[in-house]
Amino acid sequence: MADFGAEIDAFRTETRDWLEANCPASMRTPLTAEETPWGGRKFKWKNPDSKLWLDRMAEKGWTAPTWPKEYGGGGLSGAQARVLEQELARIKARPALFSFGVWMLGPVLLEYANEDQKREHLPRIVRGEIRWCQGYSEPGAGSDLAGLQTRCEDKGDHFLINGQKVWTSYADQADWIFCLVRTDTTRKHEGISFVLFDMSTPGVEARPIKLISGESPFCETFFSDVKVPKSQMVGRLNGGWDIAKRLLQFERQNISAGGFGGAAGLELEEVALAHVGSVDGKIADGDLRGRVAAHRMDARAFALTVRRVELEAKGGKGLGPAASILKYAAATLNQHKHELMLEAMGADGLGWEGAGFDSRNVRETRAWLRSKGNSIEGGTSEINLNVVAKRVLGLMDHQ
Amino acid sequence: MALLTEEQIMLRDAAKGWVADKAPTMSLRKLRDTGAWVSGYEPGAWKDMAEMGWTGVVIPEVFGGSEFGYRSLGVVLEETGRTLTASPLHATAAAAASALLLGGSDAQKQAWLTRIAAGDVTAALAVDETAHHHPASVALKAEKSGAGYVLTGQKRFVPDAAGADLLVVAARTGGAPGETAGMTLFLVDKGARGLSALPLHAIDNRAHADLTFEATPAEVLGEVDKGWDVLAPTLDRATATLAAEMLGTASQAFEVTLDYLKTRTQFGQLIGSFQAMQHRAAKLFTELELTRSCVEAALDAIDAGDKDVSALVSLAKAKANDTLHLASIEMVQMHGGIGMTDVHDAGLYMKRARVAEALYGSSSYHRDRYASLGGY
Repeated sequence: MADFGAEIDAFRTETRDWLEANCPASMRTPLTAEETPWGGRKFKWKNPDSKLWLDRMAEKGWTAPTWPKEYGGGGLSGAQARVLEQELARIKARPALFSFGVWMLGPVLLEYANEDQKREHLPRIVRGEIRWCQGYSEPGAGSDLAGLQTRCEDKGDHFLINGQKVWTSYADQADWIFCLVRTDTTRKHEGISFVLFDMSTPGVEARPIKLISGESPFCETFFSDVKVPKSQMVGRLNGGWDIAKRLLQFERQNISAGGFGGAAGLELEEVALAHVGSVDGKIADGDLRGRVAAHRMDARAFALTVRRVELEAKGGKGLGPAASILKYAAATLNQHKHELMLEAMGADGLGWEGAGFDSRNVRETRAWLRSKGNSIEGGTSEINLNVVAKRVLGLMDHQ
Repeated sequence: MALLTEEQIMLRDAAKGWVADKAPTMSLRKLRDTGAWVSGYEPGAWKDMAEMGWTGVVIPEVFGGSEFGYRSLGVVLEETGRTLTASPLHATAAAAASALLLGGSDAQKQAWLTRIAAGDVTAALAVDETAHHHPASVALKAEKSGAGYVLTGQKRFVPDAAGADLLVVAARTGGAPGETAGMTLFLVDKGARGLSALPLHAIDNRAHADLTFEATPAEVLGEVDKGWDVLAPTLDRATATLAAEMLGTASQAFEVTLDYLKTRTQFGQLIGSFQAMQHRAAKLFTELELTRSCVEAALDAIDAGDKDVSALVSLAKAKANDTLHLASIEMVQMHGGIGMTDVHDAGLYMKRARVAEALYGSSSYHRDRYASLGGY
């Protein structure tokens, strides 16, 4: 990785010194679900260090390290960004910002938005000032996303939006939405546009959906006569599908690269050792031990594949075929992990809440339930397999 | 983990070309049908391999090799694995050569590595004595005799040993079977007194053999009682390179099957248009991609001398085992009846798959090892 020799070494030293001086001590402890730094206008900062850490990182543009400096990004090369990542990992620093703006919207704005839109939105994403949500799925448009019906009519000086979205992640906590709307009812894919608007606009309502895990990370989002300035359409009228697909690539890549999971949970083998017991340092239940090892190996294989995809992309080969399998593999892996975790915890993992159960175990149990969505959200596993079969393997459609 | 270098890409392309031209699966059929499997290879093929430098890929230049490293050897074996090329390349240039490299004296290296690199001799690594790979269980006895040692005991199913000129043998000079201490490695010449080889007609038609030693004179390789220090890293190298060969075998099995899905019609449709087929193909492809990452990481870790080599090698072998297993089963099933016939190659792939899965450790062996290395 010594592409640029001395230059990159200097950057590493500089970065290390800066992180040493600027990363607060509490930001070097494992991230907890409560302290996940989402930012935005409505956000309550539980730990003031989280805000300090975000502000310092944003000041350097390092919440979006490879975005151009003119839009608030870090302006780093791929090699420098990799160094930053390694140095952050070295001190076990928490991510400074969790952001759909950074992961999904920003990359497509850089490609498709006009100059005014870039200048308005990108710096505020970098600084974590605006929290974004994704208006994609609808009650009648899940796997068949392009079947979406939310209407967007041209009313001369503005657009008027009516309809409903569903599975909108954190819509109740978001400030703005990037939204797919129908601007032509006579064509399917070519009748979709990509618009941005403020969630506080009159006529927007987000209702949280309670999940089997007891949490409500998703909402039903309703739009009735929502007025949107025409300057807030990204790309051309009826040209939204390409942007939508591109954004999905970033979403799947992001899910893939980090895998599912978010906040650090318990280690599977440690849970198994603690709850099942050990003989000569080995998990006492030999069958479970074998399956724990198989899972840990699958997780390692996945991490190595993510690394290989990154290397191949940097090697100028673009995203190779391996990239296409990551989302499916990540979902399968995370669900398998949580099933094993639940099994390993035994009775201690069967608690919903309250006395008699350790809160860390309850969190794992809730995470098990939440993980069932991994093979549904961001494209179901079945759709992922269709995509691999058709686009990568060249298998044909049924006639 | 790294991308292939230009040298490695050239090596791969050359191997691809040679394999297609000189070692299609028809060559294996010929070995099988003429009974020539006993010697395990065609002398012409071995000569070609030596001329192309494959025999010396991990051998230092001073001994006539190119010292391109294990990733490079993996690149070649992946290609020979594609067509099930029967040759002593893995046994000689990966397994035995590694033992000599890691444990040999200068004189032993000079004597054997130069000849291996030149393609003048073939060699095999003899470790296991029972039905399953378990290197610590070595019981074969080595006793002092005059200035040297003699070996007495048996080795089971030694890969590609039937025609090998040189054997690297793990034997016990101390300790008890199950212990890693007290093991010593020995070199035994093909013509040594008291050595007999029983060629095994196995399902993969390779030249495996059972070996019997009766007071057979042997030369110590490395240090007495400390053979494990050489054997363990040698096994890692042999295992990772075998996993590379298996990755090639699995990839080819998949690609042949994918072609069939695109040509066979039933109910007026290409069978590859059925979702039941598409999803299974996509899942197998997913496993192949994951396996490739593990194999490349293990080989790169060997070349870089990483601490983590053993875990990565167990990961690579277990994944290669499971993926090749699945690919071989799907190859037969997706071909339907034709996949059950001898005239089709599916059977050849499945038979070689099961042998390779067992050699140097099954998946359960490597999962157990991975867990132990991880402290659970």
